[in-house]
Amino acid sequence: MDNGKIIETVGLTKRYGPQTAVDHLSFQVEDGEIFGFLGPNGAGKSTTLLMLLGLSRPTEGSARVCGLDPIRKAREVKRLVGYLPENVGFYGDMDAVQSLEYVAGLSGISTANLGDKIERLLDLVGLKAEARKKVGAYSRGMRQRLGVAEVLIKDPKVLFLDEPTLGLDPDGALRLIELIHSLNRDHNITVVLSSHNLYQVQKISHRVGIMIKGKMVAEGSMEKLAQDKFGVGDKEYSLEEIYMKYFQEV
Amino acid sequence: MQGLYAVFRKELCDHFSSYRFVILFAVIAMVSFITSYVVGIHMRQNLEALSNTKFPFLMLFSTTGTLFSMVQFVAFFGPLIGLVLGFDSINRERAHGTLIKLISQPIYRDAVINGKFLAGVVTISIMLLSIVLVITGFGLAIVGVVPGIEEIWRLTVYLVISIFYVSLWLGVSILFSILFRSIATSALASVALWIFLSFFVSLGADVVANTVAPVNQQNAANPEAVLRNTRIKESVGLCSPMVLYSRATATIIDPMRKTNRAIVLMGPMEELLASRFQNPLPLSQSLIVVFPHTTALIAITLICFAISYTVFMMQEIRT
Repeated sequence: MDNGKIIETVGLTKRYGPQTAVDHLSFQVEDGEIFGFLGPNGAGKSTTLLMLLGLSRPTEGSARVCGLDPIRKAREVKRLVGYLPENVGFYGDMDAVQSLEYVAGLSGISTANLGDKIERLLDLVGLKAEARKKVGAYSRGMRQRLGVAEVLIKDPKVLFLDEPTLGLDPDGALRLIELIHSLNRDHNITVVLSSHNLYQVQKISHRVGIMIKGKMVAEGSMEKLAQDKFGVGDKEYSLEEIYMKYFQEV
Repeated sequence: MQGLYAVFRKELCDHFSSYRFVILFAVIAMVSFITSYVVGIHMRQNLEALSNTKFPFLMLFSTTGTLFSMVQFVAFFGPLIGLVLGFDSINRERAHGTLIKLISQPIYRDAVINGKFLAGVVTISIMLLSIVLVITGFGLAIVGVVPGIEEIWRLTVYLVISIFYVSLWLGVSILFSILFRSIATSALASVALWIFLSFFVSLGADVVANTVAPVNQQNAANPEAVLRNTRIKESVGLCSPMVLYSRATATIIDPMRKTNRAIVLMGPMEELLASRFQNPLPLSQSLIVVFPHTTALIAITLICFAISYTVFMMQEIRT
């Protein structure tokens, strides 16, 4: 919260035995932006998100999320942060409304007006027609959108989305990205978006961070990264070119 | 608290709507019906001829019918209820990717395991209570005996001990569901432990006793040797929760039993006394007799849950 930073980490480190998953990571995410969190598989992105949520204890270093320490104030942080994990699971024998009611119950949201809220959210993510269908029968795209509705039910300030478009068809991925964009634009929700779909990240992110082997090798706006790597030129570089350049250097 | 309540409610719903609960309940209810019915018929015919009819109502539970009594049945198969309710509680969530979702909600992590355990205990309590009530109804209808105050108290104590006993196995199966990622492994492991502790320990007790303090032709007449053999057998047997439970409930449900020991050394006068004055023990005395067993049983249950709790809290959950 202080000085407009939603996330601030200082020397955040996580070791599993001899292996270092996250290596002295220091980065910042500002209030109201979409932060594209990039990196190859196994770079430590998910581990970082887990540490920011207080679900995993850092070996060294510290983090602040909305001005709170995620280790000491895990519950408060989790109230403010909605986390959509990679391959999020659902209870197949519940329908969308029941799933949302369960999550609302866990978040301690009062049952007054809950029905209206659920209806509004299902409308927002485009699942109104399938609200009473069992989640077991949902397609992957529908499940991801239900996942977004589930994290939105507690009115979060921040969203951590871990590979939300993974395995979606182009149309489904586009709809999800547009949904994320509108959440940021219309509801002023800060988004940390981890994805391999560089084209889509480029389209909606204000700033990106590239994480390779547990280290943040680059952080900043697209123009800044392009300038750092290619110098000032009249050519516009795509995020993919920038990413590949960093990736080859490491 | 809100997290605990939400998890508890959902788990309870799941238990009651699951097929396995219905099947299990059907099997157990059927066996208890048949057992109590057979016992009831038997009692109605022989009630006049029975030597002691101080607490005829409790005999519905303790009399061995064609195969076994109600009390023995719960001792044997009660653990199965606990195992079936718990063996996949954590690793199913893990396999479906819902565990990470659960704990990334604004709840304390222990709400998940507490809610699951509580829902299991409540399900077990409802199951056992309803079985006891059904048999009570049968007793009223077939035999025509009405339970007295003391009998109701004894049944209540019996129920409480039984709930702890079955919850112990619920705790074991939840522990295995935390330790093992695969649902099949945790189911097998809990069944294996159940079979080992319930059936093989008593076999093992015989072996140990006969090795350490054998009773052979030379010393068969020596009471010291026989007593030593029996003591060892009993001590080893107490490793089994089933033995603990059987000992505890047998004395509660049968007021005529005055001790938990298999062999009691008595002088001639004591023997005479025991045969002359065959009065039932008052409830308070029965409770004192089974106090060590009951305490041990409750302690094991709590320790087992405490281990699951600690392991779950320390575990790193990524999926």
